[in-house]
Amino acid sequence: MSQHAKDSARSTNWIATVAGLCAAWIAFDLLVWGYGESPRELAKLLFIGTWGTSYGVGQVLFKATPILFSGLAVHLALRAGLFNIGAEGQITIASVVVAIAAAHFPVTLSPVLAIPLALIIAMLAGGAWALLPGILRARLGVHEVITTIMMNRIADGCVGLLLAVGFADPGTVRTPPIAPGAMIARLETFIRAFSGSAVSLAIGLAVLTAVFLARWERTSRIGIELGLIGQNAQACEAEKIPVKRRIAQAMAISGAVAGLAASGTVLGFKGYFEQGIGAGAGFTGIAVALLGRGSAVGLILAALLFGTLAQGGLALNAHVPKEMMDLLQAVVIVAVALADARVRNAMRRVIPKSPASATEAPVRI
Amino acid sequence: MIAQTLRTTIPYACAALGGVWSERSGVVNIALEGLLLASGLASVVVDHATGNAWLGVLAGVAVGALLAAAHALVVVYGGVDAIVSGIAINLAAAGGTRFVLRAIYDSSSNSPAIDAFRFKYFGGASGGMLLVRTLFDPLLAFAALATIFTFWCLYMTPFGLRVRAGGEAPTAARALGIPVERMRLASVTIGGAICGLGGVALAYDQHQFQSGMSAGRGFIALAAVIVSGWRPVRAIVACALFAALDALQIVLQDRAGVARDVVQMLPYIVTIVALAVVVSRKGAGQPPAGLGKSAE
Repeated sequence: MSQHAKDSARSTNWIATVAGLCAAWIAFDLLVWGYGESPRELAKLLFIGTWGTSYGVGQVLFKATPILFSGLAVHLALRAGLFNIGAEGQITIASVVVAIAAAHFPVTLSPVLAIPLALIIAMLAGGAWALLPGILRARLGVHEVITTIMMNRIADGCVGLLLAVGFADPGTVRTPPIAPGAMIARLETFIRAFSGSAVSLAIGLAVLTAVFLARWERTSRIGIELGLIGQNAQACEAEKIPVKRRIAQAMAISGAVAGLAASGTVLGFKGYFEQGIGAGAGFTGIAVALLGRGSAVGLILAALLFGTLAQGGLALNAHVPKEMMDLLQAVVIVAVALADARVRNAMRRVIPKSPASATEAPVRI
Repeated sequence: MIAQTLRTTIPYACAALGGVWSERSGVVNIALEGLLLASGLASVVVDHATGNAWLGVLAGVAVGALLAAAHALVVVYGGVDAIVSGIAINLAAAGGTRFVLRAIYDSSSNSPAIDAFRFKYFGGASGGMLLVRTLFDPLLAFAALATIFTFWCLYMTPFGLRVRAGGEAPTAARALGIPVERMRLASVTIGGAICGLGGVALAYDQHQFQSGMSAGRGFIALAAVIVSGWRPVRAIVACALFAALDALQIVLQDRAGVARDVVQMLPYIVTIVALAVVVSRKGAGQPPAGLGKSAE
């Protein structure tokens, strides 16, 4: 790729991001106005409720933690040309499995062992849940969109089943508390300003994961090959890259990263699993991945934005239903994609067409 | 049980027909799920406000068509990946329906009950009476009409031939002077209207709207389309099988315990298995060759 093309690619990202933010802002104004409230007043409330106080900042970071993990997961699969819209189910399964497992850790187990062990369990559970759609896609060409959605539903069913067959604390609908060693410390224990907010060290883990994955994508063999497969799977096949295995791996790794979201909710906050914990983060991750546009910084900022919206929605809930924020996510996704397509079209007229990569392996959807 | 299956087939079947229309024209459509939700809510809101169930049907169909048209515009003319657009529509429908529920009825989980089409005669609770009532349900008639219309229009009219040509070989179709983009817009919109009918049936059957009540049916219907090899009548047969699983669930609902949890997961598990089995078979139906490709 020439330097010129690289620069244009970068500017594409930039324009699409701005378009997404503008569209979200306009949609926010229109919805609030249509609801009969003052956009200016509510924007002020939204700001005060989130970045206006140290408690609000803590809550934003708390909300952003699972969102960043799932955004990273969706992004990772997307690089290989896969739509992992099953992060929701992968998070659910990872959360319930890690909660059940960590409840059985010995009480005296030191955090130095317990936390990594819990994280590995969460990753294995999330990865396993994503592996089946990955294998079906790689081996048979069953499109991952339908299977991951089905897996989300099955995950919900499994949770009900697990809680029903005796994994719940007797008389409740939640799992027993996890071993104290597996709890991830809240930030308020280090920084008094965050007192009362649910943010934990897991946000640090999320940011580290983002930075690590960005490096991993560029330097590791699998990471590089996944990016190539996303661009042109057929060429990769010709170059003797094990495309099928890589696709299954991509889904599994994506699911493992999604599973880490349990660190912010089960390990860092509640200390047990209950139905609905961390719900919605899996779908918000899709918006994060599309808005973040592939860079670690972009993904982190996008997660912060949607964390802000999630927390801000609660702050505004008395005035406008917080469900409005889900609508904003959809608006952002469409706006970013539209702007992206427009710029790509415009560029195609300037830069000569690259060899056709439209020929894809047959996938039925 | 037969009556129950027949009733639960309608939403699946309508969504599947919507999928056939869309995908036969060459546009991938995973937005069926969102269409079911949005049109279901629209019908309930209008029925509740006007007291006229027929107007509700009209509203549901219109919303389905509108959202589908938006999908087609964004994908065909905007150049956006069809899956991205579909995800966005599903998110918007899931959040938007809860938003509207809160805004109008001050509850994010369900709407007040509506009358829908309550049949005055044959009121009894027995299975036979339910079957009679189901057979007289206007929505069943509409769904049957939509099936016949789809089959006739897609396979026996010049319009249908052009739609399918745009889906099989968009470049060649365009070279022959067929306005592929417009065909796709029209076809996806027609499909959306039919899918909207499914949303109405879903909500009217429960006599209210509940958030998230589509529960993956749009995706299962899409799976039925794939399993059937993109053929409308076979897709509906596949839908009836999924609907039977649903009906089984309704019958077993009273029995508490583990069995119910397992039965609840059945439609989703069967969907995955059916996809895996059918898609891996050599002689399986092929997707339209131009699915997801532009005419340029």
